[in-house]
Amino acid sequence: MAEFLADLLGSDILAYVVVAMLPLFLWVLPYALFAVWLERKVSAHMQDRLGPMRTGGWHGWAQTIADILKLIQKEDIVPRAADKTLHLLAPFVVFVGSYAAFAAIPFSSSFIGSGINIGLFYVIAVSSLVVVGILMAGWASNNKWSLFGAMRSAAQIVSYEIPTALALLTVVMVTGTLDLQEINRQQAGPFWNWFVFAKPPFIFVAFVIYFVASLAETNRTPFDIPEAESELVAGYHTEYSGMKFAIFFLAEYGNMFAVSAVAASVFLGGWNSPFGDFMNGPVWGAFWFLSKGMFFVFVQMWLRWTLPRLRVDQLMHISWKVLTPWAFVCLLGVGALTML
Amino acid sequence: MNGTAAPTIRTSTGRAIRTEEMVLNMGPQHPSTHGVLRLELVVDGEIIVDVIPHIGYLHRCFEKHCEAMTNYQQVIPYCDRMDYIASMNMDWAYALTAEKMLGIRVPERVEYIRVIMGELQRIASHLIALGTYGLDVGAFTPFLFMFRDREMILDLFEMTCGARLLYNYIWIGGVSHDLPPEFVPRAREFCRYFRPNIKEFNDLLTYNEIFIKRTANVGILPADVAISYACSGPMLRGSGVKWDLRKNDPYSIYDRFDWDVPVGKGEYGTVGDCWDRYMVRIREMEQSLNIIEQALDRIPEGDVMSAVPKRIRPAAGDVYVRSESPRGEIGFYIVSDGTGSPYRVKARSPAFVNLSVVPEISRGYMIADLVAIVGSVDIVLGEVDR
Repeated sequence: MAEFLADLLGSDILAYVVVAMLPLFLWVLPYALFAVWLERKVSAHMQDRLGPMRTGGWHGWAQTIADILKLIQKEDIVPRAADKTLHLLAPFVVFVGSYAAFAAIPFSSSFIGSGINIGLFYVIAVSSLVVVGILMAGWASNNKWSLFGAMRSAAQIVSYEIPTALALLTVVMVTGTLDLQEINRQQAGPFWNWFVFAKPPFIFVAFVIYFVASLAETNRTPFDIPEAESELVAGYHTEYSGMKFAIFFLAEYGNMFAVSAVAASVFLGGWNSPFGDFMNGPVWGAFWFLSKGMFFVFVQMWLRWTLPRLRVDQLMHISWKVLTPWAFVCLLGVGALTML
Repeated sequence: MNGTAAPTIRTSTGRAIRTEEMVLNMGPQHPSTHGVLRLELVVDGEIIVDVIPHIGYLHRCFEKHCEAMTNYQQVIPYCDRMDYIASMNMDWAYALTAEKMLGIRVPERVEYIRVIMGELQRIASHLIALGTYGLDVGAFTPFLFMFRDREMILDLFEMTCGARLLYNYIWIGGVSHDLPPEFVPRAREFCRYFRPNIKEFNDLLTYNEIFIKRTANVGILPADVAISYACSGPMLRGSGVKWDLRKNDPYSIYDRFDWDVPVGKGEYGTVGDCWDRYMVRIREMEQSLNIIEQALDRIPEGDVMSAVPKRIRPAAGDVYVRSESPRGEIGFYIVSDGTGSPYRVKARSPAFVNLSVVPEISRGYMIADLVAIVGSVDIVLGEVDR
């Protein structure tokens, strides 16, 4: 991709900038606008409501655009006692953490921002950067509630990274590579070739573990304790307004898709069509990949509007005493089956 | 260290806090203090060491206003505004007290109307309590399901007296309007519609694994503590004490109906935990439906207002009458000096008394539990502060 653009534009740097921006403008921004609208509609229909119906005409499709326009015009309030530099930087660090993951996500067989051979490792590593931003936001706000949210978030994300990584490692043991494109290619063919069905039942269990842990990594219900509305008001982003708040929001939705995309490409065939050669190819690949990703985004919304929230200690209990041991069991099981 | 001691930091009650502890202000603007309650928390990390409730942000001089009224009837709109999500029961409690003072017996039809209204209001109030409790533990959807059903009760009220929240419906000596002809069939329809919905709430929230984890064994209120703090209503019954004024000190015509008093049994944890208090409310809604259905079947025709003098002048003296509001024992103590306006009106409000036990039962739990505990007490600040 980058080489092709470098030929076209005649400049390496320009080509890299364009490649870096393509996922943002072609997918992440439109997706975030759509996902916020979808979240409202999903929640509304689950709750016997209609949700936004007016803005833009058909089912309020322009509601998020109107909201963004509103947020842009809002006053940017910085608390007087806040650490101004950190307060300013935090939303961008969070956004970088969530957006940088898109660089190594294979959207289709012929489009990946950067086809590095440790793609999976890179995605896990770079999405941890979000914690740093959240801690910055909580600390800089100089608000005890924000700090509580940030501390909870740090503890949560760091703990849940272990089961996430272990669950993904089960697949890596099968593929022998961390290159996401290669992982996708190895799942070619009909849907029973997907890794979620490989080495039964271990990888399937690992997939469930990954999905549960990824909910915690993106701070979604039932693990949304860092921004637990009824306890911490809004957690680490209580003191943010206007565009900075919108950037936190964008990062959250970006992150939701990033973890869904990893689930889709590692466990569910990524850009492979479920029907083997039927409807397969680079463009269809993008379609399948985005559909699978969006399905998980929908499941996350579904869970959010159904389940109550866990408590901090129960959350840690689930991570350390349930998910992590079972992830190890899966790892050992896959290892044993691979050796046989 | 260089020997200079750090200055001692004290809470508003003079308690010196240790260095590991932090004073955290919760409210009055906080999503889960159910109004304008302010809690001063002493926390050690996430663990609560002490809770100091501060009230009075919604104080509206109810008792002083009553003394300034020129007529006993004029107090009723103020009663509406005390417990604004169970206004019918407030009006009723006040009307009962004034009627006892005047020695009025209200017509039979009025008794039935009052029971139907009071029990519908109890369901509506419990729906808010349970729905917001779901919000407190992070479940958003049950809240809207419950509000959907509460709307139907409010429609019934609106049909009868024109108001949806502050009714001014139950007057001294009767009620302000007779029931409209379509009320009884509509109310029957509501009972038929609502009974299966209780099962839906149970499936969605009550027996949810996470919900049980969050509420069972949290905020345990033993029966003796509940009694010594004078708790009443679902707070007391959640602790396993079978005490309901509708049974134990029957007023109006409650002794004519066949119904039970549900109590907490500690099914998923200990008797008197938050889950028990929640479940008592769910079961009370079923019992209220039983009462409403029986009352709808037997409601007689007749007058809806007894002969009450235009200017009420009770003989000098005092009277205290208590009744069971959705939150517990609501009692009015009225002193008359023989003139047309009350000399003194004192309200014994259940939420105020129930709130006083919160510090006792929330020490040692986490901040998230405190939210669950305060939610399970079901306070209405209008009634706490008056």
